[in-house]
Amino acid sequence: MKKTTLGITVVVVSFIILVFYYGLNTEKIYDTEDLVGKPIPKIDLKLLNESKNFNTEELSKNNFTLINFFASWCGPCRKEHKHLINLSKNKNIKIFGINLKDEKSQANKFLNKLGNPYYLIASDHDGKKAVHFGVFGIPETILIDNDLNIIKKYIGPIDDLDVKKILKLVGK
Amino acid sequence: MKNIKIFTLIFALYNFGCSNLLAEENLSNKIYKNLRCLVCQGQSIADSNSDFAQTIKSVVNDKLKEGMNEEEIYNFLAEKYGDWILYNPPLKNESYLLWTLPYVFFILGAVFLFFLLKKTLKHKRY
Repeated sequence: MKKTTLGITVVVVSFIILVFYYGLNTEKIYDTEDLVGKPIPKIDLKLLNESKNFNTEELSKNNFTLINFFASWCGPCRKEHKHLINLSKNKNIKIFGINLKDEKSQANKFLNKLGNPYYLIASDHDGKKAVHFGVFGIPETILIDNDLNIIKKYIGPIDDLDVKKILKLVGK
Repeated sequence: MKNIKIFTLIFALYNFGCSNLLAEENLSNKIYKNLRCLVCQGQSIADSNSDFAQTIKSVVNDKLKEGMNEEEIYNFLAEKYGDWILYNPPLKNESYLLWTLPYVFFILGAVFLFFLLKKTLKHKRY
């Protein structure tokens, strides 16, 4: 019986150590890796500077599209803006901006000051459309192909390294 | 008499409307409580006043108005944000251990106690 008790104790202690080891070494920060390979929703979005709607299905006309969620009030969006300007020079990729919870005048002021990397800008005034894209904060950027499938999703501002990776993914 | 009938009808209709509103509010609160606020530390959507939580609350209300049921709303949000947004994740291959281990431990504990008690009683007899 002593051997059995010892055996059970060893198994239980080993299990607890294993659980703690696994638990403490697992990344707890939420990511959206699950969305990679899935299609973006086909929804209507109101354009920022035009009084008409745009369906995301139309993005299939582009080889690759970078969907960027931004706002004039968002500090990190300013930080990543120069990288978007750089990416906009690439002919294989089009950048579609979605202006989130922002005022039209403020968004235009932001773009006039920092430059406009977007070929089209939609407005998501109340942020509800962004939920369909799994967005929970901005800036967020989604790279999709012409089948509208998500290739990569970036949470937070993109940097030089991300730009290089994006260019590699779209084949320069 | 006619006035009383009209008043009773209005009162019944008002109460019916109120009870429907209350049921809808209870359902939306139940859904908020079962959703994790992804930008907060250990808070549900119901507990949080963050921008994200407000948007999700608004989306949940819209979906309820569209006629979606509780399960459909959970599925919709889990599709967008992963199972992490749910406080009660569904039984899947990845969460199989999470759901079954407590029962396994309960059974193992019971078996262990059974043999321990059996042995103790056996010793006491002699």
